[in-house]
Amino acid sequence: MTDTNELIRLSAAQLAGMLAAGEVTSVEVTQAYLDRIAAVDGGERGVNAFLHVNTEEALAVAAEVDAIRAAGGAAAEELHVLAGVPIAVKDLIVTIGQPTTAGSKILEGWHSPYDATVVKRLRAAKMPILGKTNLDEFAMGSSTEHSAYGPTRNPWDLDRIPGGSGGGSAAAVAAFEAPLALGTDTGGSIRQPGAVTGTVGVKPTYGGVSRYGAIAMASSLDQIGPVSRTVLDSALLHQVIGGHDPFDSTSLPDPLEDLVAAARVGNVEGMRIGIIKELHGEGYQAGVENRFNESLELLKQAGAQIVEVSCPNFRYALGAYYLIMPSEASSNLAKFDGVRYGLRVLPEDGPMTIERVMGATRAAGFGDEVKRRIILGTYALSAGYYDAYYGSAQKVRTLVQRDFEAAFAQADVLISPTAPTTAFKLGEKLHDPLAMYLNDVATIPANLAGVPGLTLPGGLADEDGLPVGIQLLAPAREDARLYRVGAVLESLLEAQWGGPLLDKAPPLVETLVDAKEAK
Amino acid sequence: MSMDATLSFEEAMEKYDPVLGFEVHVELNTKSKMFSSAPNVFGDEPNTNVNEVDLGMPGVLPVVNRVAIESSIKIGLALNCKIAESCTFARKQYFYPDTPKNFQTSQYEDPIAYDGYLDIELSDGTIFRVEIERAHMEEDAGKLTHMGGAAGRIQGADFSLVDYNRSGVPLVEIVTKPIEGAGSRAPELAKAYVAAVREIVKNLGVSDAKMERGNVRCDANVSLRPHGRERFGIRSETKNVNSLRAVEHAVRYEIQRHAAVLDAGNPIIQETRHWHEDTRTTTSGRPKSDADDYRYFPEPDLVPIVASREWVEELRATLPEPPAARRKRLQSDWGYSDLEFRDVVNAGVMDEIEETIAAGATATVARKWWMGEIVGRAKNADVDPGQLGVQPATIVELNRLVEDGKINNKMATEVLDGVLAGEGTPAEIVEKRGLAVVSDDGPLLEAIDAALAAQPDVADKIRAGKLQAIGAIVGGVMKATRGQADAGRVKELILAKLGVEG
Repeated sequence: MTDTNELIRLSAAQLAGMLAAGEVTSVEVTQAYLDRIAAVDGGERGVNAFLHVNTEEALAVAAEVDAIRAAGGAAAEELHVLAGVPIAVKDLIVTIGQPTTAGSKILEGWHSPYDATVVKRLRAAKMPILGKTNLDEFAMGSSTEHSAYGPTRNPWDLDRIPGGSGGGSAAAVAAFEAPLALGTDTGGSIRQPGAVTGTVGVKPTYGGVSRYGAIAMASSLDQIGPVSRTVLDSALLHQVIGGHDPFDSTSLPDPLEDLVAAARVGNVEGMRIGIIKELHGEGYQAGVENRFNESLELLKQAGAQIVEVSCPNFRYALGAYYLIMPSEASSNLAKFDGVRYGLRVLPEDGPMTIERVMGATRAAGFGDEVKRRIILGTYALSAGYYDAYYGSAQKVRTLVQRDFEAAFAQADVLISPTAPTTAFKLGEKLHDPLAMYLNDVATIPANLAGVPGLTLPGGLADEDGLPVGIQLLAPAREDARLYRVGAVLESLLEAQWGGPLLDKAPPLVETLVDAKEAK
Repeated sequence: MSMDATLSFEEAMEKYDPVLGFEVHVELNTKSKMFSSAPNVFGDEPNTNVNEVDLGMPGVLPVVNRVAIESSIKIGLALNCKIAESCTFARKQYFYPDTPKNFQTSQYEDPIAYDGYLDIELSDGTIFRVEIERAHMEEDAGKLTHMGGAAGRIQGADFSLVDYNRSGVPLVEIVTKPIEGAGSRAPELAKAYVAAVREIVKNLGVSDAKMERGNVRCDANVSLRPHGRERFGIRSETKNVNSLRAVEHAVRYEIQRHAAVLDAGNPIIQETRHWHEDTRTTTSGRPKSDADDYRYFPEPDLVPIVASREWVEELRATLPEPPAARRKRLQSDWGYSDLEFRDVVNAGVMDEIEETIAAGATATVARKWWMGEIVGRAKNADVDPGQLGVQPATIVELNRLVEDGKINNKMATEVLDGVLAGEGTPAEIVEKRGLAVVSDDGPLLEAIDAALAAQPDVADKIRAGKLQAIGAIVGGVMKATRGQADAGRVKELILAKLGVEG
């Protein structure tokens, strides 16, 4: 058996191979990750990537897979390639048998009576679910500091944010607490955390993965997607969760492409890769810009044709996003009223009317950022303001879509830095919402247009030694292109680094032990 | 609760011109709900016909019921509407505990059906055209029951219970354009319009169309303006008027109430009104302004409904005959005179007669029972005849008992009363009340002898061939047997006794 410290650093694809070959059991793998979670996640300066650890069920599923494999025959042959490979699930996605909080007090202790479609698919593939990962409350944030259950820390530097809203999933994967995780991406919540934690994350084409069971923030923007340490691993997971779902009316009817094959036979020769003029340069950290240029150089050397495209309406994207997203969120979050489930708070004095119970519940149950967006969205949809705010934002959305169409006429894939900066310090932007929102400037256009995006580690910034993300964007339904190009760039970069970028991360256990001893 | 002042209807009509408008909600009888796979069934245990979608659980998404779309298109076609090639859903947002998501998924800017009309036949045969503004799809809310406090109202209640079985049931809301020119026939038109809509949806088979169950619910808008003025007055909206008679009464009452308010020089308050069946009055509900801010916006979880012209034509081809054609056919099938048929229609028992004939009665018998017995009883009980609870099979059974000579017509009406009193089936009631016709000739012969002896002069007349005199003897026998004799048999026996050929 492999040493558990080595085991947890293997990719999902490698683990799948060893499981299939009988070199390791799923129980061993799952236990190794559970041990890692126990070692690094808790405590005052722990990573705090998990809100709930699903030990018993995960080990039971692992044991079931091991038993099927041991028995051999048709059942063993039919096991999914990822059977027995554990996974973490963002706590915005509902699961039977585990609490789902959405990072909010208003759902504390709530158990879903149904599984999200993606969770059903994980179960069908017999992937042990390690637990539920931390997030900004209702996925509203770019730092995971807006979680009602405390912030997640960035494994590269425990004083820094892991990005958000899916900081828990990204940090879990970066800290080797899970080989794979599910995230959700409304304006960059998979990609920006991926960038600042040196991991891979994909926001699929809108409609490519069922949203059924993902607690909605902004229905027209939300997508569930994979979080992993390698491009191939994301493709493997994307293949499990993707494809049509009759429970989601916005789910695409198309059969899923072979994304795994795309990741395995990556190729950029002759491909036109477009730099988006508006998504780099001014406002982007120098170290981010340097790593971005390096990636361009590598792609060029590999035979890609680098072109520059302009998307002039992207400058309005952030503003439009911060009208559409809160508008939809204000409506989607109306159901949390204390009547049917979740927290119920009674008013301290005065008449006990339903309006006042709903008000007291929402006042106590929602955090400030959630309230800020509900108020913003309620205002934007109000009679007399609708046309000026929501209506105008929808027009911008159309213009952003047209910019993408024009850009994709000139380039097969677009490229940009994923986030303008590396991970900032915990608390640094907590009280400056606008500065926080600017983190998503490069990721938001893809959500507005529904096109797929992938982030992969592009190296470490010179000035702070923290990970930089490179974002690839493809036309809708062309997710395979992201994997094709991403796999090539990943291998070129890793060849340069002499291994995965995460090998350069500080050894977390020692850091935590040092911190403990220093106390 | 203070009573509002009213003018007499006649005085109101002298001074003012009523303008009406109706919103009729039709619950569709689809197997599952508008946006979820939960069963659409009336009357089950509370909160059993629900799933995570109907309860608005976190993470759920709606999926449109295809049959509900088809039913909506059929309703639109039957109302002579245009069918939108593409239409969308929107969210109508308000916080209320019977609405699990705190928004109702409805149609807003682009209803599936629009610009239609319905020709309404009034009691004297006049045709009145009601223009249809739109028919749009939406979902029903749950049902709140307010416990404690007064009269089941939310005000003063100790707590409220909510049943989400109805939550998500598909609804089609049919909205008329303002209806002008009805004059003093406004109440009658109101009733006839709602009756016509109910007939259409029942005929289409898209709704159970039972008003007492809320399958068809009417909100009646009424405003008055002085004769000759074009601009509409301010309207009131009387909610949930749930029987045809109530629609007529509510419109009449609101006209009288508005007239009194205007006559006193006061403004009408734009508001909803609650209808009270017991007092036949309305009371103030909540203020309603056209600017109520529901923060409508396009439902992002649903894609547009595209109704291809081929699909619409396929659905059009499945439509049953229109009500007017149906009436013509039924009148001819049943052989009723114009007057007889109009009376049947006006009494609102056409469907009931059709069902009774289908159950085995002749057209004459069905008409005799519904028009002769049941309509009058319904009027006394102040309900629509169909709501009295008489089943077609009951009438067929009653008639068979009469035809078989088991009971006579007089007894049959008594048995009908027993049926309405819930005493059982006609046969059971005949048994229980001891109503069987005396068919043993022994007691009859005794009674005949007594009657002939009592009236020897009549007996002589009969012997002399004056057969019409027999009535007096038959009457005596019937009196003696307390009406339980079969008059026909009595006649036969008298003639035989006197040796006269009948």
